[in-house]
This record gives sequence, C-alpha cells and structure tokens, in this order.
Amino acid sequence: MLKTHPIATLAGLGLLLLLALAPLATETLGLAFWLDVINRTIILAIAAVSLNFILGYGGMVSFGHAAFIGLGAYAVGIPAHYDLYSGFLHLLIVVLGCGAFALITGAISLRTKGVHFIMITMAFGQMAYYAFISIEEYGGDDGLVIYARSEFPVLDIEQRLIFYYTCLASLIGALYLVHRMVNSRFGMVIKGAKSNERRMAALGFPAYRYRLAAYVISGMMCGFAGALLGNYTSFISPEMMGWTRSGELIFMVVLGGAGTLFGPLFGVVAFLLIEEVLSGITTYWHIIFGAILVLVVLFAKGGISGLLTAKRSALGKQPAKADPAE
Amino acid sequence: MDMSLFLIQLLNGLQYGVLLFLVAAGLTLVFGIMDFINLAHGSFYMIGAYLCGTITAVTDSFLLGVLLGVPLTALVGYVTERSVIQTLYQRDHLDHVLATFGLILIFDTGVHIIWGAEGMAIPLPAWLETSVPLVGDSQFPTYRIAIIAVGLAVAAGLYFVVNHTKTGMLIRAGASNRRMVEALGVDIRLLFALVFSVGVAIAGASGMMIAPITEARIGMGNDIIIIAFVVIIIGGIGSIKGAFVGALIVGMIDTLGRSYLDQMMKLFMSVDAAETAAPAISAMLVYILMAIVLALRPQGLFPPKTR
Amino acid sequence: MRKSFASLALAATMLASPAVLAESIKIGFVTTLTTPAAVIGNDMKDAFDLAYEHIGGKMGDFDVEVIYEDDGFKPEVGKQKVDKLVKQDDVDVVTGFIWSHVLLASSKPVLDADKILISANAGPSQLAGKRCHENFFSVSWQNDQTPMALGEVLNQTGVKSAYLMAPNYAAGKNMVTGVERTFKGEIKGKDLTRWGADAQLDFSAELAKAKASGAEAMWVFYPGAAGGAFIRQFTQAGLGDSMKLYTVFTVDAISLPRLQQGGLDGVLGSFATQTWSPDLPVETNRKFVSAFLEKHGRYPSFYAAQAYDAMFFIRDAVEKAGAKDAASLRAAMREARSLPTRGAVTWGNNHFPIQNLYVREAVTDSEGRWTTEITDLVYEKHQDPYAAECAM
Repeated sequence: MLKTHPIATLAGLGLLLLLALAPLATETLGLAFWLDVINRTIILAIAAVSLNFILGYGGMVSFGHAAFIGLGAYAVGIPAHYDLYSGFLHLLIVVLGCGAFALITGAISLRTKGVHFIMITMAFGQMAYYAFISIEEYGGDDGLVIYARSEFPVLDIEQRLIFYYTCLASLIGALYLVHRMVNSRFGMVIKGAKSNERRMAALGFPAYRYRLAAYVISGMMCGFAGALLGNYTSFISPEMMGWTRSGELIFMVVLGGAGTLFGPLFGVVAFLLIEEVLSGITTYWHIIFGAILVLVVLFAKGGISGLLTAKRSALGKQPAKADPAE
Repeated sequence: MDMSLFLIQLLNGLQYGVLLFLVAAGLTLVFGIMDFINLAHGSFYMIGAYLCGTITAVTDSFLLGVLLGVPLTALVGYVTERSVIQTLYQRDHLDHVLATFGLILIFDTGVHIIWGAEGMAIPLPAWLETSVPLVGDSQFPTYRIAIIAVGLAVAAGLYFVVNHTKTGMLIRAGASNRRMVEALGVDIRLLFALVFSVGVAIAGASGMMIAPITEARIGMGNDIIIIAFVVIIIGGIGSIKGAFVGALIVGMIDTLGRSYLDQMMKLFMSVDAAETAAPAISAMLVYILMAIVLALRPQGLFPPKTR
Repeated sequence: MRKSFASLALAATMLASPAVLAESIKIGFVTTLTTPAAVIGNDMKDAFDLAYEHIGGKMGDFDVEVIYEDDGFKPEVGKQKVDKLVKQDDVDVVTGFIWSHVLLASSKPVLDADKILISANAGPSQLAGKRCHENFFSVSWQNDQTPMALGEVLNQTGVKSAYLMAPNYAAGKNMVTGVERTFKGEIKGKDLTRWGADAQLDFSAELAKAKASGAEAMWVFYPGAAGGAFIRQFTQAGLGDSMKLYTVFTVDAISLPRLQQGGLDGVLGSFATQTWSPDLPVETNRKFVSAFLEKHGRYPSFYAAQAYDAMFFIRDAVEKAGAKDAASLRAAMREARSLPTRGAVTWGNNHFPIQNLYVREAVTDSEGRWTTEITDLVYEKHQDPYAAECAM
C-alpha cells in the first residue's frame, strides 16, 4: 500500500535530473535570476521533505515548522555576526540548536493529539518568532544581513554553481534518508502509530519515543534547510518563522502529496511556480492563489502525486476522521 | 506603584479581553460543535469593520453602520458556509487549516480590490469621542467603556442562550457529542449554518467596535485570529465560559505586559535592549501560557462536559 | 540632439528590431504596494509617474523604463524583488524604499552588482556611517536629522519634559536616538511598539503610561496609517489637554485627510519638523505640487516629493555624464547641487544630502483642506551625525 508508485518515482527522478541540468540551461540562455529561483526551490524542498516525514508518514501536523528554518538560518547568521564563518561550526550549531529545540518542544507537543498538536506546535513557532524579534543584538524585527557565506575546506560555496550543487546533493541526501527511514522498522512504527497508536503499543512499541525521535530528526533536517537558506539569501529575519510561513510549508507538502516520497518536491516546485507566474500577472495574485488552495483541498486529495498515480478510487475516499474525544 | 495608572491598565486589559472574547466566542462554538478549525474567522472581523465603515460613511451614522453591518456580515458568513465550508466538515483538521488559509488570502485580497489598500477611518459620534473622569485626575475614553459594556452584554446574552434555551441545549449537546445530536433527528446542517453565521456576526461586530480606534485595515483579522485560538485552547474548546475567562486572562497578560514589563526588564538589562525586548516578550507570554496549559491540561481550563 | 557614439553603435546592432531606436535606462522602483502601507507606496508611485511625464520619458539620449516592485512591507520580500531587478531585469538604478529595514536587507545585492542605489525615503544610520558605499545615494535625509531638529524646537519652545513613542524597527530606533541627541529636557519615558505586517495599532496601555508620567510634551514617530490611529487615540484619551503633541513623519499628507475625515481637529496647530513642505517657496516645487494636486486631487506627501526628486536626481546625473554606467553616474551625482522640490542641496562624503530643516504646522488651506505650512527654519545646511563614521 505504501510502496511508491512507479510513475511518481519516475517523475520525481526526472525532476531531479532536470534540476541537475538547470544551471546548464540557465547559463546558456542567460537567465541567471531563474537559477536563483530554482536554488530557492531546492532549499525549500529539503524543508518540505523534512515536514513530510512527520506529517505525511507520521500524521503529526506541525504548524510551527518554519521555526526550524529560522533557527537554522540564525545558526549561520549569529556566528557570522561575530565574524565566525566556519561552516562546521555553523552545522554543529544547527544540529545542536535545532535538535535541542525539537527535543524540548516535541517532548511537550507529542503529549497532545489532533488539533491540540497543531496549536501547540504553532505556539512554539510563535515563541521562537517573538524571541528573535526581542533580541536587539541580532537586529530584532529588522533581521540580520549575512555578509559572507559559511566556509568549508575545498568546497567554496561562495561560488554559485558549487552552492547550487551542494543544495541539490543535500536534497537528494534528504530524500534518500527519508526513503530509508520510512522503509525501516522505525518508519513502520511511525506509520503504524499514525493509523492506530494502541495497536502499536500492544505490539510493544512505545510510539511516543519513536515519534519524538522522528520529530527531532525532522527538526534537524529542516534546520539544515534553514542554514542553506540563510547562506542563500544572505539575509535573515524573524519573519521567516511566522505562522503563515509554517502554513505555506504545510501547503507545499499537501499540494505535492503528503506521505509520498517525491510529493514535497512536486509541491514546492508547483507552489513557487504558481507564485512566480501569478505575481508577475497582477498585484492581486493572492486571490487566485487562495482559490487554488481551496480548490486543491476540496477536489485534489493526494496532491500532485495523487494525480500522477491517478487512482480514481482514491479521489472519492476521505480519510476517516479521528474523534477528538479519543 | 501608581494605583490610578494600574486601574486604567486593568480597564484597558478588560477592554482588550472583551474584544478577544467576542472573536473567540464564535470560534469556540464552531470548533466545539462542528469540530471545524476556521482560520478565516478573523476575516469576518475585518469584513465587518469595512462594511460598517462604508455604511457609516454613506449614512453619516456609526450606530446605523453597526446595526446594518452586523446582519450583512452574517450574510457573508452564511454564503461562505454554504459554498465552501460545509463540504469541509467531514475532512480532517489539516484540510480545515489549508482551505481556510486559502479563504484568508481570498478575503484579504478581495477587500484590497473593493476598498483599496489604504484602510478606512470610521468617525464616531461626538458623545463617544470624549473621556470620562476616574479617580483623581485620570480619565478613560468613553468609547472604550462602551466596548466593555457591549462586550459584557453580548457575553451575558450568549451565556443565557447557550445555557437556558433549546437551541443552546442543542449547541451544548453538539459540542459534547455530535453524533448523538444527529441521531436524535435534529437538522444538523441548519444548526451548523446558524451557529456559524451567529459566530461570524459577533466577530464582525467586534471588528466594527475596534475599527474606530485602530481603523479598518487589511490583515487586521489575521493578527487577532491566532490570539483568539490561544484563548479558546486555554479556555477549553467549545466552552463559552472558557472562552470568556481565557480572553480576560490573555487580555490582562498582554496589556499589563506592555505596561510594566519594560520597567521590570530595565532592572537587569540596558534601557534600549529592554525597550526592544519587552513588547516581544509580552507577546510571547501568551503563547507560553498556552503551551503550559496544553502540556498540563490539554482539554483546557473549562472544557465542556462530555458524555 | 546628437547621439553619443556608444548609443549609435548600440542602435546599429539593434537594427534587427527596428522598433527599438534609442537605448534605454532601466530604473527599478521598490516600494510597498500591498498591506495598509500601500497608501504610502501608491503616493510615491504617483509622484514617480508624474516625474516621468515631466521629463518626457527621457534622460539625455536614453528612454526611461521604470519597473515597479512591491516589497510587501517585509525586508525579505524586498530583497527578493531587488535580486530579480538586478539579475533578471538588469536595471541600471534601483530606487524607492520607504522602510529602513527593507533598504538594509536589499542594499547588498545592488551594491555587489555595481549598480546605483538611491533611497527616496529610508535613511538608516548604518548606510550613513560604517556601511556607507560609493554607489549608494540618498535624496531624502538620514533618520536622525528630522527628530534632531524637533529636539531643538522643543528646547527653543522651553519644553522641560517629554514622553517618546515610536515603532520598533530600524528607523524608529534612529528617530528616538535623534531626539535624545538634541533635546535637553527630561525624557519621562519611552515606548517602542511592535511594527511590520502585524503592527500594534491600539496604544491604550502606552498612552495611559504617558499620561501618568506627567510629561509636558508627547513626541511620536508613526508613519503611514498608524499615524492617524495614534492621533485619534491620543485625542480620545483626553491627552490633548495635558500634553502638547510633536511629531516627525506622522502628520503629513497621508494622515491629514483621514484625520479630517474623522473630524479630529486636535491635530491642527501641532508642530513637526521636515526637510520639505508643500508650500516650500521653490519654483519647481510649486510646479510639482500644483501638477500633483490637479492630477490626483490631493496634496502630495513628502514621500511623493522625494520620489519626484529621485527621478530628477537620476536624470540630471545621466544628462551630465552622458552615460548610464555606475562610475559615470556616481561621479555626476556627487556634483549635484539641487533637488526640484527642495531647491539648493549638496551631498556629503557619505552621499546623504546636506539641507535645511523646517518646522511645519498643521493648518487648513484656503479651500478648507488640511495641510502643513512652514513656520520657521530650524537648521540651515544640516549634515547628519554619522557622516564622520563614513570612510569615504
């Protein structure tokens, strides 16, 4: 049932190949700006892949995942603010910082279910948002400009092509990692706990601990995406962590198809493409965007992956609604 | 401590709390009885303010603006419920969040297209533009007292309807056990549409009340909706009493935080750092409270009785 | 008019597309066109369009092409739009910028690409001081200057104590610093309130504190729609009787019509400082104000005036240099000696204007509209305090 559909896999691999060839195309056609847009897409796709891991496979609707993007970005920005540009130091802070934040907030949040989980993750996201607004030293509401990218030996990510392929390799790594985890015993427990937690408990799996582990992994992965984003935009602000950003991230995952390996990638590409095209047409593009969002929810269950695999039966079928009293 | 200042800040907190309650009331009813998360509830708060502003500008009467604006806002809510929202009741919470997030974008941009981006000032009748003396030489704006009075009246009315009428009984029953109400043969669709529209009307009314102070503007609903969610989570989803208590707690925390936190923080950090940090920390306090409540008592402080 | 060699050569290469005869200079204009702050952005855009008409769409031999971008009141979005302008549209000059934090976030991509960046409003201290840049110019002011002038006005009027309020972002912090620099009386308290897309617009708690502080005067900086909301609550809370209101960038052509609509005549007679006013007696300013009034039926704001100035500032430099590359333009811009709405102005080492600052009072004009009029000159040829920190 949870095997990846061959058509979706093929489309996903094809898209990755296109991304690998994109610099060639944009350089020859002189569309340097579009390579930037694609690079941004790749980074956001890593964040979406991390969210999909817990949302799509584990049923944990985190409405505060943008906080991890922001934390990851600040993990680059804050050392850079003190002229510390060592990439390994940045990565260490990302892993420790995001891991700790995910462990603490996850330990509390995962005690709740359903709508309460959505709201408490949102609350933690907002706390991170306001925490960074309150710190005058790091620019507060104005944000921080990062004047140089992280420094690694050999790998000079200041070069745009090297940075691009670093991001792409990271995305492929993230996809591979999720693929491996989902198909391991660990992943089985996560997926099993989504549909029936009591059964998992009866089988002797402490679902809470497995979920917490998944949440922490997802948080660190998302933080890594944030670190890349900070390097890419060379500007970070608390704005990146607000609840609307978390909402957008969820939409990207659902648009592409939650619970499928390549779904988040499709979702981010479609999301940014729609945004880029619509905003070029009219100032009022949000109204069309909102309508698309509503229509996708109402009529395109399973997102792009669902459409690709075109299982007609899946379109009419709604997931059983969890009783909040349970 | 300056007691007359403290008294004024308590009144300010009460006024903000009452306003929050009006937004949260509709939200908690819809959430409780239909198990529906409506992020777009705040959009009706905004639409109410704009409708009232337009009618006030045409008729030159703020009271007329409110009296005509409330049913018009309810109508917008009713149409939205029939066209989009009713098909979402059977979906999961994730779909609710996404679809109503889309509705927010549609409503915000719709208002931008119809009324322009610059916002709308709503003039008040002269007798409301004054202030009344309190103890000593301190004063409090008449209009804010009017908001408190109206808000408390609506709260009392809602409490009466929910606890002492047949409709209220159905609403309470729906909040605690939806399937049972359906099994009893109640026209649940009509009840849903009614509750939704009433909730929208109250949200619209609260938008109309704040607009003469802050002006009607795009996005005003998005700022308050998240706080309103915090309120109903703290109070207990589906509970009017919980929403009321939650709203007052949040209103007080926010106002007193803005009033006194910077002075407290100046004791141990530089003045500039404290001035930057204090407003953000006081905004954060509300979320910290919610996380604590959720972690220790996920059903909220005053959950509706179940079963 | 003779064409330059360069443009002739280019025109020759473009014979394949006969519609394109003259080479064009591309200007990216970044401002806020959505969110409530769009009211400012639209005012700037209207003025920039008017300036385009007044220069006949040409700068020297170049056709002018303007590309407007909306920053959505967010630094991050502003930076993305600037990236697009620089990399995709390949603009020659980027201008606009209402907000200091948007400008700070956006400056790097423009300056890294060796393009000219001109602020038509924001004047953050960083770009005036340590991070000043040869390709950055301001046609407005440095944030501290206007509140410094206001502090001086407070001293001159004998005000002994004041309460300060401003939004919590780059410019707000600069403005507060500005008043504190010159005001000699006691500062009884200050509040920095939340700003941005979810800005705080209900000031009940802060106003109660201000009143209880017993300060003689209230000084505020609330640009755009927030200004109207502030003044309204200031009046409603009955503070007008006990405190005198002084403002910077708050009582202007954006907020005055709305205050008039709301009947809040408490604002009339309040004083503010500014580098410009619609009644500034400069011939080119009269032309601008009357043309704007005629076209749009309202007074232009100072944002509009500065946007109008930006267009002419670029035009004058292009005409003088006869080229549009950054090196020629900045050399010409350094030599600029005037702006159409303000008359004689020179530029300091940090490329910020050295100019006059006036006191202006909110008044009713001959047709009953609320506007501002200059009552006095506070500073003559004033330079901002950060110029010394700039290494240029």
